[in-house]
Amino acid sequence: MSQAPVEKVRIRCTINGQPADFLSAPYVSLLEALRESAELTGTKEGCNDGNCGACTVNLNGRIVDSCLVLAAEADGATIETVEGIAPPEGLHPLQQAFLEEAALQCGICTPGFLVAAKALLEREPDADEHRIRHWLAGNLCRCTGYVQIVDAVQKAQGVLRQG
Amino acid sequence: MARVFLPVPLRALAGGASTAEAPGATLGALIATLEERYPGMAEALVDPADPGRVRLGMVAFVDSEQADLGLLTPIGPDAEVHFLPHIAGG
Amino acid sequence: MTTVEKPHYKVLGTRPIRHDGLDKVLGRAVYGADIKLAGLSIGAVLRSPHAHARIQSIDASAALALPGVYAVVTGADMPIADDELIDMTEEIVNARFASMRIIAHEKALFKGQPVAAVAAVDLNTAQEACRRIKVDYEPLPAVFTVEEAMAADAPIIHEHLVGTHVGEKVPHTNVAEHTQHVLGDPDAAMAKAEVTVEGEFRLARVHQGYIEPQNATAMWYRDGKATVWTSTQGSFPARNAISSVLRMPVSAIKVVPLEIGGGFGGKINIYLEPLAVLLSKKAGRPVKVVMDRRSVFEATGPGPGGVVRMKLGADKAGNLVAGTVDIRFAAGAFPGSSISAASTCVFASYRFPTARIDAYDVVTNLTKTAAYRAPGSPQATFATESLMDELAHKLGVDPVALRLQNASKEGDRRPDGIVFPRIGNVEVLEAVRDSDHYRTPLDRAGAAPGHKRGRGVATGYWQGVGNKSTVTLAVNNDGTVALIEGNTDIGGTRASIAMQAAEVLGIPALDVHPTVVDTDSVGYTDLTAGSRTTYATGAAAVKAAEQVVAELKRRAAIMWEVEATDVDFAGGVFTNKKAKDTKLTFKQVCARLDRTGGHVATTGVVNLRGSGGGSFATHVVDVDVDTETGKVEVIRYTAAQDAGTAVHPSYVEGQMAGGAVQGIGWALNEEYYLGPDGSVQNASFLDYRMPTMLDTPNIETLIVEVPNTMHPFGVRGIGESGIVPPQPAIANAMRAALGIRFPELPIKPGRILEALDAQGA
Repeated sequence: MSQAPVEKVRIRCTINGQPADFLSAPYVSLLEALRESAELTGTKEGCNDGNCGACTVNLNGRIVDSCLVLAAEADGATIETVEGIAPPEGLHPLQQAFLEEAALQCGICTPGFLVAAKALLEREPDADEHRIRHWLAGNLCRCTGYVQIVDAVQKAQGVLRQG
Repeated sequence: MARVFLPVPLRALAGGASTAEAPGATLGALIATLEERYPGMAEALVDPADPGRVRLGMVAFVDSEQADLGLLTPIGPDAEVHFLPHIAGG
Repeated sequence: MTTVEKPHYKVLGTRPIRHDGLDKVLGRAVYGADIKLAGLSIGAVLRSPHAHARIQSIDASAALALPGVYAVVTGADMPIADDELIDMTEEIVNARFASMRIIAHEKALFKGQPVAAVAAVDLNTAQEACRRIKVDYEPLPAVFTVEEAMAADAPIIHEHLVGTHVGEKVPHTNVAEHTQHVLGDPDAAMAKAEVTVEGEFRLARVHQGYIEPQNATAMWYRDGKATVWTSTQGSFPARNAISSVLRMPVSAIKVVPLEIGGGFGGKINIYLEPLAVLLSKKAGRPVKVVMDRRSVFEATGPGPGGVVRMKLGADKAGNLVAGTVDIRFAAGAFPGSSISAASTCVFASYRFPTARIDAYDVVTNLTKTAAYRAPGSPQATFATESLMDELAHKLGVDPVALRLQNASKEGDRRPDGIVFPRIGNVEVLEAVRDSDHYRTPLDRAGAAPGHKRGRGVATGYWQGVGNKSTVTLAVNNDGTVALIEGNTDIGGTRASIAMQAAEVLGIPALDVHPTVVDTDSVGYTDLTAGSRTTYATGAAAVKAAEQVVAELKRRAAIMWEVEATDVDFAGGVFTNKKAKDTKLTFKQVCARLDRTGGHVATTGVVNLRGSGGGSFATHVVDVDVDTETGKVEVIRYTAAQDAGTAVHPSYVEGQMAGGAVQGIGWALNEEYYLGPDGSVQNASFLDYRMPTMLDTPNIETLIVEVPNTMHPFGVRGIGESGIVPPQPAIANAMRAALGIRFPELPIKPGRILEALDAQGA
């Protein structure tokens, strides 16, 4: 029994503002491609079936579970991962707020939350607490009980309003 | 005289008593005294592979603190001794 | 809220940014699955589709023939270990059972049990290779519940298991252990009790639900040594287990703990590590194995379900006179469910003059259970707190008042015999009684049509442990200090440990730089679990820091040409007693180390002989039930807990809120839904329904501080108790809302509707 080698697909996209160019087998998820080919391991795998949000990335302006996107679908796309959130100097207000408000314990869900929360605050800068909880309901956290995450998002919201 | 609280499975050896008063400057001496009085106690309490320590899976408490010197743990004159299953947490 | 005169601390009680936080918000922190090594190959595991089956043969030839496959291992590669016991801190594990569990030998004992493992060039090839391994199974009858396993005609899972039933050796059984604690004569006292309440409570198996699956990467070196990188709650206990199971000396194994994405007890036992080592040995290259989510549910260590039957007796005035309980846990395929801890915690919150506690550890054809946050206590306490609520109803008294009346205090004896040192049980109950939540009447009228509201209270206990930790401090000439420790940081313990060292040294928390290192780089250190890390490893840090202070006093004395005893130290400043205006700061002394003798490094070694009484937690919850759909909304939640001394209040609050939300999920939705063949039907986060951010309210936290007499700063471990009260508090709130007692968890919508229908009928 032998197996014909699979023809890889070429993916050219922009990740965190930088051009990326790599090959992936057609069945590989964007999550796997980011972690392996692009060597950006900040995006995490929690379930691989779109139910925990740990793999959240921003794809062409929309947040997605990257485990549900094929890498091949990202050809030509603009992608933002947790590694691209911070400005050239310092931290994004969300990152700073997460640290100050102790919004992480084990930290495995943090990258997904940061990407998702950033997208929310860009889209709906005045989102109230219910809206924040609704938007982020697709990101599971098992450690914090969510209280400090909400506090951090609201804190960052305040900072962004002033800035 | 130390007061030893006997785990339920050992009470039959002591004629049903739930506690026993026994002298012993160390845990080992105490167990030896108990063995003289109630044969079978030592086998139940001491690690067969290492006579210097309590059976693995069991922890000896002296005055509500874990014995950390095995059978050499000193026993004060009015000490309480318990033998409990080993537990930690998650 | 502080209950005793609290010393003024400079660092403890502040909220510095945790030292590892930057890496974690930048996505730079290296968790187990993130590791990259040259020549890394990927492993996959072939798992049994049967809950119970004899393995007649395994043919891996087709797998080995697949290009890109480097190695295949089966049970034949891992001989069954000796019948010796391994110290995992959490439990003493039988090595023989551990090796039988990690990979199947003559029988597969649960669906999902590893039968073979493959190392290949990539995951897809490894998975394809697994599919090509031919296994010939002879399915056998299986048992999944306590009742099935204890039935007279039940198939025996382990032919050579000899059960210990209250001291008696009993062969040919699925009851691995029956333990008993007896205090006084509970039957006589119960017969004379003026009021009694009783009930039978059932709990489903639940999973810790950590977001990061298990992982292990191993490299076998030709000199017979191995390095294992893993996300673990204890690198030293893991080393013990790998050593026993693979029959290698501990010195031949180095465990490198990587960052860990949640544990809650589920990452204490080893699963993949020995497989990765064996694969690496055969493949001649490093191997990384990561579990998929389905396997995490099917084949790691969930918290046990089971049955708890309890009866409480009291006098008319509400004083408890007797308690009897029968606890039965379905342990999974190997013995070792948490019946011991269930037994010590079940009646711990109250003064029981008499008690009898029977507990059964029953094997079943499911994955072996493991610790889940205060293991055993939530299950057993669910019964206690439900019945205390019934007792309060029967007597017509306030539920908090009834608990206060019976609350155990310093000097009282737990039913297992241990005498409580200073504890905060009463103070925590009082904190709830006096809380804004409890004092604010529930707005029942505010419920929408068809909705009913209720309030419930419950208390809970976890004893905690101390045990072994080591901390090394290395002082830098610039006045900063490196802190080397061995506890993986699941919840901010780098910070809480560093803060304690900083408090002693009188320097800012961020001037202490903590690093978590491997088993070759620090002295023995027990788990990050058991509510012990901030407590015991903090104590080790304090010890090491005190040694630094003593040495620096000596250095100051050299400079001032006095005796070390003439040097005072307070708040980071050294003073010359002989010339009181002469002072040097910590930084200034450090700058002069090289001319007063050289560098300074110290090590604090502790083996704490107890936890100092443990931590009590009391919760109050308001629920709103939609009687048409059975949906329960938690509309207000307050958690109070005794932290002894809160080192970093944000992380104390975080543990409290996290435990509460896990408990809410456990109470309302979470359960293993098993098929008739023992398969887990809901092995995904979609159907194993854990709370999302939308499911829970803001958890209000009240930190109570009754200092721990066994810790230099009064610190108590607090990580676990917070998961004990939520389930009964919610059941009690449901009782208040609907007039219905729910004795079975989870209290899910279907059950609620059935009960409402029965009530209406």
